[in-house]
Amino acid sequence: MPPVAPLKSDRVRPGSDPTSELPPYVEVKNLSYYYGRKQALYDVTLGVPKNTVLALIGPSGCGKSTLVKVINRICELNPDTRHEGDVIVGGESIFSQKTDVIELRQRIGMVFQRPNPFPKSIYENVAYGLRLHGVRDRGTVDDVVEWALHHAALWEEVKDRLKTSALELSGGQQQRLCIARALAVQPDVLLMDEPCSALDPIATAKIEELIISLKAEYTILIVTHNMQQAARVSDNTALMWLGKLIEHNRTKEIFTNPREKQTEEYITGRSG
Amino acid sequence: MNPAAIRARLRHPTSFLSLARERTIEGALMLCGAISIVAISLIFIFLFKEGLQALGSIHLGDLYQAKTVAQKYDAATETTIDLPPQYTFTWQPVSEKPKFSFVPLILGSIGVAGISAILSTLAGLGIGIYLSEIASERMRSIIKPAMELLVGIPTIVVGFFMLAVVAQPTFELFQSLGMAKVYNDTYNMFIGALGVSVVIIPVTASLVDDALRAIPMELRAGSLSLGATRWQTTWRVVLPAAVSGVLAAVILGFGRALGETMIVLMCAGNAPNITVNPFDAVRTMTATIAVEMGAAAQGGTHAQVLFLLGALLVTLSFVLNLIVETIAARFRKRIRL
Amino acid sequence: MSDEILPSLARARQASAKGGNGPLWSLIFETLIRCTTTLVVLVLLFILGTIFYEGAGHISWEFLSQPPSEGMTEGGIFPAIFGTVFLVIFMILMALPIGVFSAVFMVEYAHEGFFKRVIRAAVNNLAGVPSIVFGLFGLGFFVLFVGRNLDYYALGVPRNAAEAQVIELRRTEVRTAAMKEADARALQEPAYTEFIAQKVEASAPIPRRVFGQGAMFWAAATLAILVLPVIIVSTEESLRAVPASVREAAYALGATKWQVISTVVLPMARPGILTGAILAIARGAGELAPILFIGVVYAAPNLPLTEPINFYFFQMPVVNPFLEFMHLNYHIYSLATQSTDTEKARPIQFATTLVLVVLTFVMNLTAIILRRKYGTRR
Repeated sequence: MPPVAPLKSDRVRPGSDPTSELPPYVEVKNLSYYYGRKQALYDVTLGVPKNTVLALIGPSGCGKSTLVKVINRICELNPDTRHEGDVIVGGESIFSQKTDVIELRQRIGMVFQRPNPFPKSIYENVAYGLRLHGVRDRGTVDDVVEWALHHAALWEEVKDRLKTSALELSGGQQQRLCIARALAVQPDVLLMDEPCSALDPIATAKIEELIISLKAEYTILIVTHNMQQAARVSDNTALMWLGKLIEHNRTKEIFTNPREKQTEEYITGRSG
Repeated sequence: MNPAAIRARLRHPTSFLSLARERTIEGALMLCGAISIVAISLIFIFLFKEGLQALGSIHLGDLYQAKTVAQKYDAATETTIDLPPQYTFTWQPVSEKPKFSFVPLILGSIGVAGISAILSTLAGLGIGIYLSEIASERMRSIIKPAMELLVGIPTIVVGFFMLAVVAQPTFELFQSLGMAKVYNDTYNMFIGALGVSVVIIPVTASLVDDALRAIPMELRAGSLSLGATRWQTTWRVVLPAAVSGVLAAVILGFGRALGETMIVLMCAGNAPNITVNPFDAVRTMTATIAVEMGAAAQGGTHAQVLFLLGALLVTLSFVLNLIVETIAARFRKRIRL
Repeated sequence: MSDEILPSLARARQASAKGGNGPLWSLIFETLIRCTTTLVVLVLLFILGTIFYEGAGHISWEFLSQPPSEGMTEGGIFPAIFGTVFLVIFMILMALPIGVFSAVFMVEYAHEGFFKRVIRAAVNNLAGVPSIVFGLFGLGFFVLFVGRNLDYYALGVPRNAAEAQVIELRRTEVRTAAMKEADARALQEPAYTEFIAQKVEASAPIPRRVFGQGAMFWAAATLAILVLPVIIVSTEESLRAVPASVREAAYALGATKWQVISTVVLPMARPGILTGAILAIARGAGELAPILFIGVVYAAPNLPLTEPINFYFFQMPVVNPFLEFMHLNYHIYSLATQSTDTEKARPIQFATTLVLVVLTFVMNLTAIILRRKYGTRR
């Protein structure tokens, strides 16, 4: 974790990135997002430096899931969506004309709230992304599957039953399988939408460990309801409320010395 | 395993070809979807096109009342003169002076379908109420598949059964009861309707069951808490609420009975009479087409009139369908608490 | 519905206030209901029982594998079974792809709007068309229109008097020329006519009708349209049952729409589609009215097969769908209504009916079990 430069001013404006000298790898610029006539995001600006974990916290319906779903444009599965502002990943705008959504989604992996493995074998689940994009060579696929399962801390538990159905795994194992599946296509960014909310504490702990270890290679955004989790795994935290970004700072600062009153109220449980 | 190498193999922009492929696939699927539209339109268009050609040789009124003009030889003037025309409701397409009145056929269809609609409404209501109000889960899991099996019996089997097992003994039964004057055809409207009911009852029962189960429990609970018995609740509260659904079921059953062919062909008799006696033989529209199509396949007025008959049948089923849809839609709207 | 509750409750209050209505009415009502249900179930059992009782005795391997003989009063029903089976195979080959892809379009691609509503209306109406009307359509459209035109454009079969005239003229030309040549060669009587006939048939034969007559292919096409709604509806149901979560997962990995459908959705919907196919087969096998005039015959001299085709290692005849064929349902119908000796034919009638009933039941039962196992509730 690179050293943080001292703050230039006392008052931190929401949206600026006081967290690092490094340029952000994922940058959200004045993003407003609309589902039909309903506005879900209001002028959000934040940046996520490479190989850091950003936790997005806030009460239900505050737009944190939406924000994350905009980044890989999976929100466009809904009809009638509209955006203002921009999102830049790895130097390229995701909304530009020459952006290929398919390629974008390869570069950005996503893990969902409820584990959603395909009703196929464990092997097939992880291999799915590779096959999708034309990698058929058996040897390569085998290698990548093993590598991905290792990376997702699942290999030891399933190496003898790769051909059995993924649905027979426990919830925590399924979620790690989904992580492996996402890792197999070699993304740079990982989006995680409340990945542990359907899991028991032990499984949750395993995944949190995993996230911390994955940070070295991936830029991670994690949406979470659980503030302790945010405090445990993330480097930076952003609080959202009703579609607006309230505060964005280093995790330590947010939880010990929040700048905004709303932040303080939320983390102490007085609201939200 | 070299991540960079893998990445290189994966990172390719979606080529123009694969975009084109997606578009083509979507187009092909749209065509498949449109095939239904094409099929139903073709059916309508074709039937009407062929059928309306009949109006080149006969008048529309002939389909209502066949006009026969007999002639007699007048010795005085030594010519044959036309007697005043007689109008009859006769279907006699194969004769020197073909008569194409649809009336006996329509009445035959309505007669058979009507009787079977009544029978199947009563039975269907009974079974539907049983299934939704009384039956335990176990009984339900037996009776409901039993209904599906009943509907799955090929109509030819039901027709054969009525013909071989039911018609003759019933005839003799009525004869021995001294009703020979009334019941003088072995194969008649009643037997036909009985057979048709066998396949319509499961349909009506299933629809009534669905309609009753759609009524929310709160309604029943409210009535029971006022002290009404279960039957009072069913009779006075649930059924009236489900009236549109039940009505839709009845009309649907009637519509399907109208379209039934094999059963009536085999056991409703084969005579295009007009009668109010349900124990007389009749001829339905469907049976007429079935029986006479072969002979008339070569074209000619008879064939064209049969196509017109088919067009009439299709229009009838379309209209009934529309009515059922409207009622069902209104029902669905009403039960949204 | 709140405006329904108040009057209904008022009625209920009235009902309980009426007092003496209760127990007796309840009893009568309940008894009536139970009786009706029992009656209908008994009827079902009676029908099945009679057929089984009367027909089972006559079933044997010979019955199932031999053709009929002695004017349909003896022998077996193999050709009828053969015809029914292959008719259904052709039907499902035509209906399944179109039905499944239509359903895929409706569920995955079509936008809510006019086009989608029209398709839905078309499917509903197709489901309501009386079966005999399908037969009328099949005869008039497939056989007489498509078939005869196909014959004309591909094989030169005349469609009307004028076109037949053209062929007759040509034949007369050839005949005249042949007569001249026969005279020139000074042929005598038997050789004379033979020579002319040969010449005429060689140069100006009357083309034989292939497509423009009743045939299994057109019957299958007619039945395919009839069962299309069954397949579309059950496929739609099973596609909708696929949860959105797995679709999202696939999209998030960079799948295109068609990839999501073909690699995730369709495989998951397979059991439901299979159930629909079985229901369609059961329905198609049970129908007779639509195919009465499209190729079914009571007594076909041969099975609808081609000449043996050379398949590298063996020779085998293949089904020729452009021939007439026998059919189980039609067999029952004809046996029942056109038998020369009805009494003698009764056991065969019942046995044939039993075969048909067993076939349909097995299919329907399979579909019900499949549906229960894979969860799609109707």
